[in-house]
Amino acid sequence: MFDHKKETSYEAMLELVKQDLKTGVGRSVKHESAAKQVSGEAIYVDDRLEFPNQLHIYARMSDKAHARITRIDTTPCYEFPGVAIAITAQDIPGIKDIGALKPGDPLLVEDLVEYYGQPVLAVAAGDHDTARKAAMAAIVEYEELEPVLSVEQALQNNHFVSAPHTHKRGDSASALATAKHRLSGSVHIGGQEHFYLETQIASVVPTEDGGMIVYSSTQNPTEVQKLVAEVLDIPFNKVQIDMRRMGGGFGGKETQAAGPACIAAVVAKLTGRPAKMRLPRMEDMMMTGKRHPFFNQYDVGFDDNGMITGCEMKLAGNCGNSPDLSDSIVDRAMFHSDNSYYLGDATITGYRCKTNTASNTAYRGFGGPQGLIMPEIILDEIARSLGKDPLEIRKLNLYGDEGRDTTHYYQKVEDNVLPEMLADLEQSSDYQQRRAEIKEYNASSPLLKKGLALTPVKFGISFTATFLNQAGALIHIYTDGSIHLNHGGTEMGQGLNTKVAQIVAEEFQVDFDNIQITATNTEKVPNTSPTAASSGADLNGKAAQNAARTIKQRLVEFAVSHFKVTEEDVEFRNNHVVIRDQLMPFADFIQLAYFNQISLSSTGFYRTPKIFYDREKASGRPFYYFAYGAACSEVVIDTLTGEYKILRVDILHDVGASLNPAIDIGQVEGAFVQGAGWLTTEELVWNDQGRLMTSGPAGYKIPAVTDMPVDFRVRLVENRKNKEDTVFHSKAVGEPPFMLGISVFCAIKDAIASIGDYRKSPVIDAPATPERVLWAVREMQQLQSPHSVSPTAEITP
Amino acid sequence: MIRFLLNRELRVEQQLDPNMTVLNYLRSTPGKTGTKEGCASGDCGACTVVLGELDGDRIRYKSINACLTFVSALNGKQLITVEDLKQGSELHPAQQAMVDCHGSQCGFCTPGIVMSMFALGKNVTHPDKEKINEALAGNLCRCTGYRPIIEAAEQMYADVTPDSFTSEQDATMAKLREIQPQQQAELSDGTKRSFNPTSIAELSTLLEQYPHARLLAGGTDLALEVTQFHREIETLIYIGDIPGLKQISVTEQQIELGASASLSSCYHTLNNDYPDFGALLHRFASLQIRNQGTLGGNIGNASPIGDSPPALIALGAKVVLRKGHQSRTINLQDYFIDYKVTDQQPGEFIEKVIVPRAADNGEFRSYKISKRIDDDISAVLGCFNLKISNGVVESARIAFGGMAAIPKRASLCEQALTGAPWTMATIEQAKAALQQDFSPISDFRASKEYRILVASNMLTRYFVEIETPEVETRVTAYV
Repeated sequence: MFDHKKETSYEAMLELVKQDLKTGVGRSVKHESAAKQVSGEAIYVDDRLEFPNQLHIYARMSDKAHARITRIDTTPCYEFPGVAIAITAQDIPGIKDIGALKPGDPLLVEDLVEYYGQPVLAVAAGDHDTARKAAMAAIVEYEELEPVLSVEQALQNNHFVSAPHTHKRGDSASALATAKHRLSGSVHIGGQEHFYLETQIASVVPTEDGGMIVYSSTQNPTEVQKLVAEVLDIPFNKVQIDMRRMGGGFGGKETQAAGPACIAAVVAKLTGRPAKMRLPRMEDMMMTGKRHPFFNQYDVGFDDNGMITGCEMKLAGNCGNSPDLSDSIVDRAMFHSDNSYYLGDATITGYRCKTNTASNTAYRGFGGPQGLIMPEIILDEIARSLGKDPLEIRKLNLYGDEGRDTTHYYQKVEDNVLPEMLADLEQSSDYQQRRAEIKEYNASSPLLKKGLALTPVKFGISFTATFLNQAGALIHIYTDGSIHLNHGGTEMGQGLNTKVAQIVAEEFQVDFDNIQITATNTEKVPNTSPTAASSGADLNGKAAQNAARTIKQRLVEFAVSHFKVTEEDVEFRNNHVVIRDQLMPFADFIQLAYFNQISLSSTGFYRTPKIFYDREKASGRPFYYFAYGAACSEVVIDTLTGEYKILRVDILHDVGASLNPAIDIGQVEGAFVQGAGWLTTEELVWNDQGRLMTSGPAGYKIPAVTDMPVDFRVRLVENRKNKEDTVFHSKAVGEPPFMLGISVFCAIKDAIASIGDYRKSPVIDAPATPERVLWAVREMQQLQSPHSVSPTAEITP
Repeated sequence: MIRFLLNRELRVEQQLDPNMTVLNYLRSTPGKTGTKEGCASGDCGACTVVLGELDGDRIRYKSINACLTFVSALNGKQLITVEDLKQGSELHPAQQAMVDCHGSQCGFCTPGIVMSMFALGKNVTHPDKEKINEALAGNLCRCTGYRPIIEAAEQMYADVTPDSFTSEQDATMAKLREIQPQQQAELSDGTKRSFNPTSIAELSTLLEQYPHARLLAGGTDLALEVTQFHREIETLIYIGDIPGLKQISVTEQQIELGASASLSSCYHTLNNDYPDFGALLHRFASLQIRNQGTLGGNIGNASPIGDSPPALIALGAKVVLRKGHQSRTINLQDYFIDYKVTDQQPGEFIEKVIVPRAADNGEFRSYKISKRIDDDISAVLGCFNLKISNGVVESARIAFGGMAAIPKRASLCEQALTGAPWTMATIEQAKAALQQDFSPISDFRASKEYRILVASNMLTRYFVEIETPEVETRVTAYV
């Protein structure tokens, strides 16, 4: 403590204040929890000490995709010793629907089952196994209804969760009619399971005021607070959400975490006992929503050079059975259907198709990737049809100077770094030389073929629901100079807490270790937005900076009056405060301020400036700025089996002025691999009853260690601050690099196209599983020589 | 009563549910929550712990999935969890490297990854990238994309200071010696029971007494019945404490592999004679699974896929079945009768597997096709063993997994090849014949059309590999 600190000499202090802070902004500070995570000391919700009267909950899932419940009888549940309660929709004290923005997500089915896996009833018992056995013993009878299981069927029948919406610039119909060349097609883009390693979980403890303390693994504590209060029919101020860390989120815990929390809260309310609900992996995968699968159609016109002159796209998102966040998700697909390119006269229509599957939800990129992949598919088609290298066509169509710098929703693309970045990456990845080498390899390799693709990403940063672009923070400085930091964002592994603490460290010029990061808690910072849309550090970093600056201003004013100096004389430097020619350790100065009755605590607030969007006119500036990236991927495929391997990946990504390069590179690499997984091995398969067949990691294959590129080179764009006034001129990084994975998809297609001498782009749905690759190979071989499909004819001895 | 070391502390357990997994035990009884449940099916590795086993004058450490290991398998062993690595405030090199390299993000997979790295460090002094990939292939991370984890694995070997496990090794060995199973152990919660016989004789007696008992070897498949299908197994007989069932011996004529020899321990022997069998084992599930899973178990569970039975059938392996004092030897191909139906009679158990030496076989190749390279169940597995002399196919043994209800030979295809000239034209005929051999099903792994096409394309690959070895045929060569 302060009193016991040894005196530091003036000279020693002088030496220190000449040095920069080593753990401030821009430094690769280690993740704040790393040491606890590697030793098993980091506590996740399921690791919390349980109470002697602890209840565990299991929810019984519907085994019909579409049905009316004719009877539920929970009497048999009570035959199992240890069962405390079995609840159905009737037992919910308050609102029975937990839909995020619109209703459609009953906490427990009232009468209409809308997907296979929907929770019908829940049982709480002294242990999880008993709860499950009892729940499965309940009698549930159904009257089956015809399910809608395919997005095409829903589209055909106008079976939507909400109305279609269109972005329109110019007259695409006449642009297409008069285009020199025209291509059209359609493609299915698969969904994606989040596969956060920690499944959905909430643990709830009743309070003496009739409220609840909820430990929830959620990206959205405020919404869980609201929904728990609503299902219990109590005011929000009786519900406290506490969230220290998630074992992964990726968007999957933005709305989907609320269900277990609300069910546990109802159980806790009705029994007066603490209750925990953790979804086993299979239940998690069947019950909760995923990335939206899309069915996309396009019609594009272009000139002899391959420049797009007009474009129409129909993007049909498979929303599952309820609206959830699908309005915004399909909007974001539409916003990103240009990726980095000027589309000419364009009409982009988004459809929100309703099917009897789990309600699809937020997932890293939030619909953006499913739209953004379209121009990459289209430009490959154009390049092949003109016999040109796809990279040439991509560069040609990039946003550019006036006349070619406005999106189809009328936002001007300012600070477009992509032409430079693409030129840089083309050179640093030796694109042209490798292109030549690959052609040579393919000519001499009868069975294995290599492919190469370089694709850009432009991703809009801000919640498109403008009001969500706000954040709060809370800082206390204690009299020993140690700092307590809290903010509204949530830590899911992305390093948000580390970055925000670095920002506060930088502001006060104190070591990172001097700042205690604490669990996100609705009692500390209220009314927060979800940690989503890559906005965590942008919003919460600014709010924490604001809180720090409020306290700092008070401290400066105090120093000015106390030491009779000017504001310019007071400087915070490397754990010290410089007051003209006097030097003081930060802790000493704080104690002095305390004795002089200076408030050492403050909240902070931030809202994003400049953004506005008129959805009726489909026009505005929904995004504060764009984040950019580019990736060059090389793959090898096997034409006999469709197997493939990523060989080399070069990435150049723009994070503005990085808050923490190591964490940012971690985000870029992790997002890339996740994006590549989405488009390659991660295949969701449902049977004709609407049951998810790939309901565990045995069947659903996320990338494993060998899927990493053999040669993986990641660079951040250097010396390029965000032009906008973001926190230390950094840029958001969570989602944008996810879409760099598209380069792998395009490289696989490039390898397949080599079989047809690059004259046609193979048609292949995502994900490009080995099976899909093999069928595309076959199609290309038949196109090449319809009579002989043997690739080995030339090597027969 | 079973006895084991929880790190270095002796634990004696008598009244445990024998269906309890090590993961559930750790998280409930001693309240060690560092080990995480990610899937409870052995596919994600978040629950990876390390078992130390006495092996002569050393301790052999192996990573395993705590979620698929029943508590009875701990008998006589040392169980090391992530909490045991840190000494005071000092992180273990495996932990420190993960911190230094930014190898943890959300941190939920991290304890498992640390334990896989720890085990690797105990077994290999300077592992290359292949060894590192092998050690980590059963650990899924959704956040990092693995690059920093691999870097951490590489970095930790720079640290050569002995850790606490090395410095305490003698004391730990002394403790382990004291608890080595000398007699049959038993565990019961009052309704379910499990036995750990220590000899084949004891096993035979138990099987007579409990003809419906389930044999537990590695448990990597059996445990799924409990963790995924929520069945209760009333009587378990754990055969891992019987030294006689673990032996591996090689003579000039044959390789003998004890039924409860782990897949990991079979690797060297099989890889020596048949490098493609080694390559196949390398992609067989994950290291954690191979460290527990056994060859006998892989045969006994009669999976239609494999992965070892198609290879063993193609090689002409035999299986020795034993009941009491009597034993019989049958061709492995005859062991499989129909889906999950085998020739094994009640009271019988698999004693060993006999594989001919390479000199007696032809060119062996095995091709595993799956969506993901690491830790995936084969869509199709094809194994080829052809003898070719003077441009003629002298004999052909070809077996597939994933093409029928059982691992099965492609008889018509073999006939088309046998005695025919070794040409592409013959291969085309063999491909046509193969279409008649199988009518596979479509499932979420692959369609039947893909299975048939890939299976026949394997013949092309085999032909190319034998005739023009300079031609690249496998993307896995780039791993």
